[in-house]
Amino acid sequence: MTDIGRVVVVGASAAGLTTAEALRREGFAGLITLVGDELHLPYDRPPLSKQVLLGTWEPERTAFRDDATYQRLEIGLRLGATATGVDLDARTVSLGSGDRVPYDRLVIATGVRPLRLKQGHELRGVHVLRTLDDTLALRAALAGSTSVAVVGAGFLGSEAAAAARTLGKEVTLVDLVPVPLSRQFGDELGGWIGDLHRDHGVTLRTGVGVRKLLGDEAVTGLELADGTTVTADVVLVAIGSKPATDWLAASGVPLDDGVLCDTTCQAVPGVYAAGDVARWHNERFGVSMRVEHRMNATEQGMAVAKNITGDPKPFTPIPYFWTDQFDARIQAYGIFPPDAKMTVAQGDPATRKLIAHYHHDGDLVGVLGWNMPRELRAARALLTRD
Amino acid sequence: MRVTIDEDGCVGAGQCVLAAPDVFDQRDEDGIVVLLDETPAPHLHDATREAAVLCPALAIHLAE
Repeated sequence: MTDIGRVVVVGASAAGLTTAEALRREGFAGLITLVGDELHLPYDRPPLSKQVLLGTWEPERTAFRDDATYQRLEIGLRLGATATGVDLDARTVSLGSGDRVPYDRLVIATGVRPLRLKQGHELRGVHVLRTLDDTLALRAALAGSTSVAVVGAGFLGSEAAAAARTLGKEVTLVDLVPVPLSRQFGDELGGWIGDLHRDHGVTLRTGVGVRKLLGDEAVTGLELADGTTVTADVVLVAIGSKPATDWLAASGVPLDDGVLCDTTCQAVPGVYAAGDVARWHNERFGVSMRVEHRMNATEQGMAVAKNITGDPKPFTPIPYFWTDQFDARIQAYGIFPPDAKMTVAQGDPATRKLIAHYHHDGDLVGVLGWNMPRELRAARALLTRD
Repeated sequence: MRVTIDEDGCVGAGQCVLAAPDVFDQRDEDGIVVLLDETPAPHLHDATREAAVLCPALAIHLAE
């Protein structure tokens, strides 16, 4: 690494910050610049849809590090700075201010942006949830709200629905897909998550899409594709996200639903990607992956730092993720292909404590625990490709 | 090395137990971290640091 004097990391969240810190741990003594488009000190996202939305944590608690730590580690923060392009030949990143920041190695960790509804998204009371500011705006809106509609029953939508319901709101969870989280975990397990929400008083309107948002200036509800309406003074749009790669469109960095990397998380020589934005080939499972989960941000950031400072090695994690909804802590290791077969290996869905196994092509590729964390950790060792 | 944990921030991922099983364990009921050894011996320091780095809730703090 003698020829590396400057590493620029674009994206100042979990993956970007982990990369910067891991570079120091690996002994990198050159210049590190961490570029982020938000003004907040880098902060953690999983608590946003949980503790911060519920109001049990103040927003400051989500900050990863304090100012003194960045100074001690000599990580240069450029906050409120939007990266607008990369010149691969000149090895510079251009910023919205017009500045060009030179690099010897570039790490792209810009994450994802939430998708918006094509119609009506501009109405007052319509929210997305990705950033701390998004969360505080939604929290403030919920305080004065009686009825909430959540569009999209994925991880984020179902967590936020649980939080809003816990705050005592009338909550309707809407999704075009008939069963919540079925894309992630299949119909049967998703059905149990749907039951959990119903038992806590959430109204599920699934298997039907949203035709339009209602209201003139402020949203008053949704009209669904079957002509029925849902009353809501707050609407959270949680219909998924797309990788934040617009700024790379003309750069020559390969893009394909994310920054397309090799097995070592390198996109082109000297340019790496980590976190939600990174697509790479995971040799352990033999599949191309892009993982929008918190643990991957840490693991991939560490892998990129090691691959910059040492001999490049393939990044072959067993993905881990979790979701907390009402009293359910659901945790999972591995991959969960749509055509995997789910069986309950331990516990019982009726008691809401279980371990589920997901088999695909004869291999155990995923294990999921519902309020059985210790047992899940043991089950991880059963994965065929462990 | 002195280890402290933030039980309230812990998400029960168990990464710390995978990294340093002599230093960390998890409660049965909710998976929240249990600190087995506040002052791990030197041969456990690397594994303990690894656990602190891997924790997806940043709930492990080390004073060295």
